[in-house]
Amino acid sequence: MQSPAKFLKHKGWHQTTIIALVGGIYVLGSWFLKFDNLNGLLAIPKAFAWLGVNFRPTANSMEYLPRIWQKLIQTVLLAISSTVVAAIISIFVALLGSKVTGINGFVQTLVRGVASFFRNIPLVAWSMILLFSFKQSDFTGFLALLLMSIGYLIRAFMEIIEDEASETMLALKATGANYFQVIFQAVLPQILPSILSWILYMIENNVRDATLVGILTGTGIGFIFDIYYKSFRFDAAGMTVLAIIIVVIGLETISNQIRKVIL
Amino acid sequence: MLEVKDLQKSYEKDKPALTNISFDIKPGTFVAIIGPSGAGKTTILRSLNQLIKDDGGQILLDGNDIRTANKTQLRKYRRQIGMVFQNYNLVERLTVIENVLHGRLGYKSTLAGVFGRYTQEEKEEAMSLLKKVGLENFALQRCSELSGGQKQRVGIARSLIQHPKVILCDEPIASLDPASAQNVMELLKDLTEEYNLICIANLHQINMAKKYADQIIGIRKGKLVFDENADLLSEDILRTLYDQDITKELE
Ligand SMILES: Nc1ncnc2c1ncn2[C@@H]1O[C@H](COP(=O)(O)OP(=O)(O)OP(=O)(O)O)[C@@H](O)[C@H]1O
Ligand SMILES: [Mg+2]
Repeated sequence: MQSPAKFLKHKGWHQTTIIALVGGIYVLGSWFLKFDNLNGLLAIPKAFAWLGVNFRPTANSMEYLPRIWQKLIQTVLLAISSTVVAAIISIFVALLGSKVTGINGFVQTLVRGVASFFRNIPLVAWSMILLFSFKQSDFTGFLALLLMSIGYLIRAFMEIIEDEASETMLALKATGANYFQVIFQAVLPQILPSILSWILYMIENNVRDATLVGILTGTGIGFIFDIYYKSFRFDAAGMTVLAIIIVVIGLETISNQIRKVIL
Repeated sequence: MLEVKDLQKSYEKDKPALTNISFDIKPGTFVAIIGPSGAGKTTILRSLNQLIKDDGGQILLDGNDIRTANKTQLRKYRRQIGMVFQNYNLVERLTVIENVLHGRLGYKSTLAGVFGRYTQEEKEEAMSLLKKVGLENFALQRCSELSGGQKQRVGIARSLIQHPKVILCDEPIASLDPASAQNVMELLKDLTEEYNLICIANLHQINMAKKYADQIIGIRKGKLVFDENADLLSEDILRTLYDQDITKELE
């Protein structure tokens, strides 16, 4: 057993080492890439100024609105449907894999592994891989978002179950209730608010990600942004970005309201 | 009648948490288990309904050994053993009456339990039990809106609706203010007499144990050092139990 003083000293050293290491990697990295720190920093305002001038929507860009709007709705629906399907799958898997409701150690490790696998492959990579089999279509985007969301939601749901449901679960087990009764009467009602909160967050997140995926799969708002951008219709591209920002902020506001009610 | 014989448990090899614990409890008895932190009180209580799998011994409830029961039998034993928790362990988002009715799950088919279908009699009994614990006006309130003392009484009603022979309470008053604590202890004491129950409570408050319990069991480092009528608890015994003078607690 270590003494606390020694432990804290040890921990202090750890922190210093980590900070030094990160700093060292940064310096080494910028030297390696011949990255000029000062000029890099100075370029940021310039980049924004360029954006401001070229991407400013004009009165003419208004004519693009109906088309942008239609694609945006498509994208939001894609994000919502992929999240909802992901959430339903994730709840069942998380119940099988969590430490308190799980079947056994092997399944728990397996579920953790699978979730981590889905989570750690970047969304872009998922889209590229799926493009081979499913071509450029909404379904490819749906699947990419689904797999990614499943990776995050399984992990989040398992932690929620372990944190919030273990005590009530124990109480119902003690009454003689069986596994399914405990799950439906104690675990699910107990975790519902946190689960909904995560689903809302995931929908917001997937609207942003769906835009990116759309560029690759040639669907939704990402696709028309790509077209406008590549055909130098910067004002229309700017209009698209603005529309995305408004919708994302709108969704965030709505889901914060919902959270207030359910939590 | 609850008979515990030579109960053993170790979480880690060669580090026994319980060694040869034996005691008998007759119906209608309120028992307090006391002892320092880490003595093994929770381990004993949770072995009694097999939430913890012990390593050896016998636990006889009216002559039947709970330890050797299979899954279905264990469910039947568990529904005769209510449990009350320090943190109440209610489903906070559900209403008071729903939480009370959870005590019936052990008697229901899987489907009826899953969908929360209860009979009229069960609902009426839940209401009358809520009246008994003084919460008849709170039946449709969410548990998250109750005070600690009220939550604990919901927990007690949930265990009563099981029609238990035994109620196990792990530090039932540790999170309560003194007035609510008295209230809960009195309630448990009255119920023990009224329903001829065996009520076993882990307690840290020796004065409470002395005031309400009929029988006191003292545990120290996983061994039983005292098992007598509550009146026989002396300062000497407390000194050995806690390794220090705690005369003040007795007054
Ligand atoms: N899950 C566990 N794994 C390993 N050791 C455990 C576990 N639970 C309890 N122990 C150990 O067993 C011993 C008895 O613990 P127990 O919880 O029964 O004590 P207690 O008398 O209830 O204490 P307290 O008054 O603090 O609640 C302690 O030494 C504890 O460290
Ligand atoms: Mg304890």
